[in-house]
Amino acid sequence: MLLRLAPVAIVLLLVGPVLAGIAMAALPAFGYLPALGGETLTLAPWRALFAEPGLARSVLVSFASGLVTTAVALAVVLLFLAASTGSRLDRWIRRLVSPLLSVPHAAAAFGLAFLIAPSGLLARWASPGLTGWTRPPDLQLVNDPLGLALMGGLILKEIPFLLLMSLAALPQLGPERRMMLARSLGYRPTLAWLKGVAPALYPLIRLPVYAVIAYASSVVDMALILGPTLPPTLSVSILGWFQDPDLSRRFMASAGALLQLGVTLAALAVWWGLERLAARLGRRWLEGGGRRRGERALRLAGRSLIGVTTLAALAGLAALALFSVAGFWRFPDALPQGFTLQGWSRALPHLAGPVATTLVVAGAATLLALLLALAALENEQRSGRHPGSAALALLYLPLIVPQIAFLFGLVVLLEALGMRPALGLVIFGHLLFVLPYVFLSLSEAYRRLDPRWARLALTLGASPARVFWRVRLPLLLAPLLTAMAVGLAISIGQYLPTQLLGAGRHPTVTTEAVALAAGGNRRLIGVWALLQASLPLLGFLVAVGLPRLLWTNRRDMRGTP
Amino acid sequence: MIAHHLELERVRIALGDTPLVELDARIGPGEVLTVMGPSGSGKSTLLAWIAGFLPPAFTVAGRIRLDGHDITGLPAERRGIGLLFQDPMLFPHLSVGGNLRFGLPAAATDREGQVTRALAEIGLGGFAPRDPATLSGGQKARVALMRLLLSSPCAVLLDEPFSGLDAHLRHEMRRLVFDHLRRAGLPSLLVTHDREDAEDAGGRVIELSH
Repeated sequence: MLLRLAPVAIVLLLVGPVLAGIAMAALPAFGYLPALGGETLTLAPWRALFAEPGLARSVLVSFASGLVTTAVALAVVLLFLAASTGSRLDRWIRRLVSPLLSVPHAAAAFGLAFLIAPSGLLARWASPGLTGWTRPPDLQLVNDPLGLALMGGLILKEIPFLLLMSLAALPQLGPERRMMLARSLGYRPTLAWLKGVAPALYPLIRLPVYAVIAYASSVVDMALILGPTLPPTLSVSILGWFQDPDLSRRFMASAGALLQLGVTLAALAVWWGLERLAARLGRRWLEGGGRRRGERALRLAGRSLIGVTTLAALAGLAALALFSVAGFWRFPDALPQGFTLQGWSRALPHLAGPVATTLVVAGAATLLALLLALAALENEQRSGRHPGSAALALLYLPLIVPQIAFLFGLVVLLEALGMRPALGLVIFGHLLFVLPYVFLSLSEAYRRLDPRWARLALTLGASPARVFWRVRLPLLLAPLLTAMAVGLAISIGQYLPTQLLGAGRHPTVTTEAVALAAGGNRRLIGVWALLQASLPLLGFLVAVGLPRLLWTNRRDMRGTP
Repeated sequence: MIAHHLELERVRIALGDTPLVELDARIGPGEVLTVMGPSGSGKSTLLAWIAGFLPPAFTVAGRIRLDGHDITGLPAERRGIGLLFQDPMLFPHLSVGGNLRFGLPAAATDREGQVTRALAEIGLGGFAPRDPATLSGGQKARVALMRLLLSSPCAVLLDEPFSGLDAHLRHEMRRLVFDHLRRAGLPSLLVTHDREDAEDAGGRVIELSH
């Protein structure tokens, strides 16, 4: 009975808060918020918003970073897949996808900042030999007004995401057959992939691509670390207005939240237009019959771009580690003169609370998400009814509507309902973002499992419950643990839901790390960001290690994904 | 031993307006009824329906009676009908013994003794703790047969159970399977496109056209 309610519960859980949040942002945006004395409808919040200095620039940077990030990340991923030949380097990159994806955005952002800042690792290593700098140059390489550093950080993070989504979707296309066909017609390998596989792959990863656009145009934590400052991105501006001690600024913040929704929708619409255009131009290219021209350049681009971005992401993590233990470090020395654990020993007494909160929230949200996803998938198996693509789109709703656009409204709503910020609310907020990923990650494996296992068990007299516990669950242990690791990683990386729904009273490693951004104490930032990056990794280690440990004596269970 | 019998009364299975199978048959204890036909003739659909797994897209008329009881509407796990697939389908997460124990009803007495005797009967004494992945194809098929018998079904469906085996094993496996089914007095329905299967089964043969 409860099983049958699971799909409904999931839809309500994902759609309800998003719609309620948008509605509760819309009312104050037009002046209605009785708790703060707003009882009449007015356009005053909008007038205040548009009078903000630098608003146009904020909007433009947010809009551009949504489109540029997605276009670059998608191009890198597609070119890599096209040029990949199954070499050792390719296999390495494929294996690095999950761990890199698990690195929280904030940690990746700090890593990049430590790498490219005027006194960062790259400048130190290139100076004075290549640059001639003996002092850090007076350049705004991080927090640049155009948001290029922010886009760079986003690109580093979205490449593993799009790559993983593509790798998950590819098997259903039978890429080997397509490649064989195209190559037998004389197409060189990279072109064969781009012309024979990519056009079929894109529709399968369209929703993840939209999620990237939405995320990149509205991200908060990364923008706080890498983004422009005067003015900041639209999302960061909104957060500032919302947290302003002057509560009347909340009306303007609400209008800003709606504006953010509009900016993201506009970016999505423009992307949709670009899709149409690419389809039209692409058809001519596809049907033009070109088999070799550009092959070498495309191949080179495919292999080098992914190499550079992967290397940058890894080097960023190394930079975090290095700076966290760096003693006195004169510019432009390549390495510090000494190492010290001072940063760690100073941070240690303060770690326990945030780490515990992080783990409790991530554990609870992931467990709830797993229960809901399993119940819905099991119901799907037993009833034999499969949800259509509309249901899938609903799953993506919290990932496509910008967090900042509906979380404020949600806070306003909860305040109106008399609910105080509490750990439970933080968990609930995380669940909104953990559940879609857990469900997507688990549903693949669940639906792919050979239905004959369950049928066989039933004909042996096992009840449906026994089939679930004794057959399906053990057979799916590895993907189950992977889904769990994904859920933990998503939750650990959340900034805005923790900050807003916990009202800053339940700090996690992520909120603590982001809070250090303004201070600029590199040693301390290194400690917190490294800690933030390593927590999700533990989940993936368990996900990889536990099945191997449990199935040492079960050969056919070890190869399963 | 109870003498089981399986009756398929005026069965008509259709997908939309396309009729797939028409059948009216009674299978007595120890008897094997062979249903033959090319792929797409609806053999598997018939099996799926009798076992209780037919997708709702199909329309079916007719009844299934097992020992006189109408089981048409029962869920698969309560029909008492066992299934032997083309692959042995030994659960990869359980040991050989674990697979056999999975087949045993919860209320069975002397579970360990039954498992030991079943393994000895197929020449695999002492194999209980083994990983099924380390068994040969023929050994797996025999374990799968024993798992089916230990679940004490009242009738058995065979879905081309020999087509996955090497030629030299096939004849031996057929004899083993049909001997056991006969001795257990189980009515069986064999679906195949291999004429030799039908000959070794030794029962009536129904050909599905289309």
